[in-house]
Amino acid sequence: MAGTGARYVLPGFRLALGYALLYLGLIVLIPLAATFLKAFTLSWDAFWAAVASPRVLATYRLTFGAALLGAVINAVFGLLVAWVLVRYAFPGKRLVDALVDLPFALPTAVAGIALTALYAGNGWIGQYLPFKVAFTPLGVVVALTFIGLPFVVRTVQPVLEDLEHDVEEAAAVLGASRWQTFRRVIFPALAPALLTGFTMAFARAVGEYGSVIFIAGNVPMVSEITPLIIISKLEQYDYAGATAVAVVMLVLSFALLLLINLLQWWSGRRRIAA
Amino acid sequence: MSTVILSPPLVSETTTEPRWVQRTLIAVALAFLTLFLFVPLLAVFAEALKKGLGVYWAALVEPDARAAIQLTFLAAAVAVPFNLVFGVAAAWAIAKFEFRGKSVLTTLIDLPFAVSPVIAGLVYVLVFGAHGWFGPWLAEHDLKVIFAVPGIVLATVFVTFPFIARELIPLMQAQGTEEEEAAIVLGASGWQMFWRVTLPNIKWGLLYGVILCTARAMGEFGAVSVVSGHIRGLTNTLPLHVEILYNEYNFAAAFACASVLTLLALVMLAVKTFIEWQTRHPHPAAPPAATAAGDTPGRAVGDPA
Repeated sequence: MAGTGARYVLPGFRLALGYALLYLGLIVLIPLAATFLKAFTLSWDAFWAAVASPRVLATYRLTFGAALLGAVINAVFGLLVAWVLVRYAFPGKRLVDALVDLPFALPTAVAGIALTALYAGNGWIGQYLPFKVAFTPLGVVVALTFIGLPFVVRTVQPVLEDLEHDVEEAAAVLGASRWQTFRRVIFPALAPALLTGFTMAFARAVGEYGSVIFIAGNVPMVSEITPLIIISKLEQYDYAGATAVAVVMLVLSFALLLLINLLQWWSGRRRIAA
Repeated sequence: MSTVILSPPLVSETTTEPRWVQRTLIAVALAFLTLFLFVPLLAVFAEALKKGLGVYWAALVEPDARAAIQLTFLAAAVAVPFNLVFGVAAAWAIAKFEFRGKSVLTTLIDLPFAVSPVIAGLVYVLVFGAHGWFGPWLAEHDLKVIFAVPGIVLATVFVTFPFIARELIPLMQAQGTEEEEAAIVLGASGWQMFWRVTLPNIKWGLLYGVILCTARAMGEFGAVSVVSGHIRGLTNTLPLHVEILYNEYNFAAAFACASVLTLLALVMLAVKTFIEWQTRHPHPAAPPAATAAGDTPGRAVGDPA
């Protein structure tokens, strides 16, 4: 019972916990509770009309579909980037490693206008593509891929570094090909971290606003995302409607947060067991 | 451009891939990063300087841009210390003591990461807006929160809320309580213990959290956009100023302001990389929600701006 002992020796427990709870309550919990209470002032029919109109349903499809696609792209390439950074040497590796975090540091509005300039019909990249990217749902996928890029790399990288070489040697000695070793030995060890990174990238992409609105074109029913619906309802002073859509997003986001915590717990157990 | 194999020569025969496979994988990974990371980074500066240095400079020194830069720094200068004090207090309670509901508290601290920035702005509109809980009271006393600077600061505090706490909790948990207990037993006061023992132990983790928090605070867009009201020269932060210029088709000026934000982001990345080298953690940058069991202490959060 080291904790109980520490409680008697170390000072400041009540002050620190009290302050932390007060601050958490004032900044996060009470405002979030206000959102749910506001949504409850709506009748069920009004709530349903706000969250399930065809235009809003189209935004759910785009937001979750594009976020899912972006997270899948990041899972594949994030695993590859983590692998290359951990296992191989090449010139400029440390710089590349440091720059992987750029999407975490770069303001989303900057990412949005830069990607739009590149993927527009006359942009550096857009002019060589046979199909339109900017101002289509594909542009949304590009933006969400950018902002989710570091998640998979940064969750898989430490696990890959901790992975012992001897299991791979054992597999090779027992006659496994390199591909078989990857598929049967390495990949299962990375899978929990990969899944965690994937879910984080997905959760982040679902709520993203700044980078998407520039590249999406925001055409109703085609390239409009759910956070934009909240903004446009607010601009029309439809606070109750905006709140209703927000509550739907909040519930889905909290479910994702719960899933991430469960995955991490599972992944942590896997790493300790390994 | 020779490819070197990292593992010892004897091992390499069986536990690495043929040269051509390595080169292909490196090429594909770098091509992906080039397309999605390096080219967008270059594009910001190329577009900003397209019309020459004169236009670039003029876009940065005009009064509205200067006001936006000042407001951006102000929001960060208030939000970061607030979240710093909270982060230290929360980490002290969670890492050094046992109490019921600890894991619930840890999860609640992460909540702002799971909330869309737009909703982060919306919640304050519902509390402080004209039709919100305190709206009538604020109007009576001639106070403005929404569409004014306090709202921008509040929204910034919300979106950067977890950064420093999540950085410190695993670090302080790993350090245990022995050193602090020794200080107290030897007669140090609470403050002496904090300044002489705790703070020196957590300084790099603290700085790391401050860097991530500052980067996000200066770059926040969605949450600030909802509560700002977009009044030029008054309630526009630099990211919002970029949006206005861009929507007016003033691309050179928009990218000039964007390039300032990009340079700030690169400075943050450089400091972050320096701290990682200092603390000899090869990869202290794990994404948010990475403090669960089995996670390495000192690993950091980075949520995008």
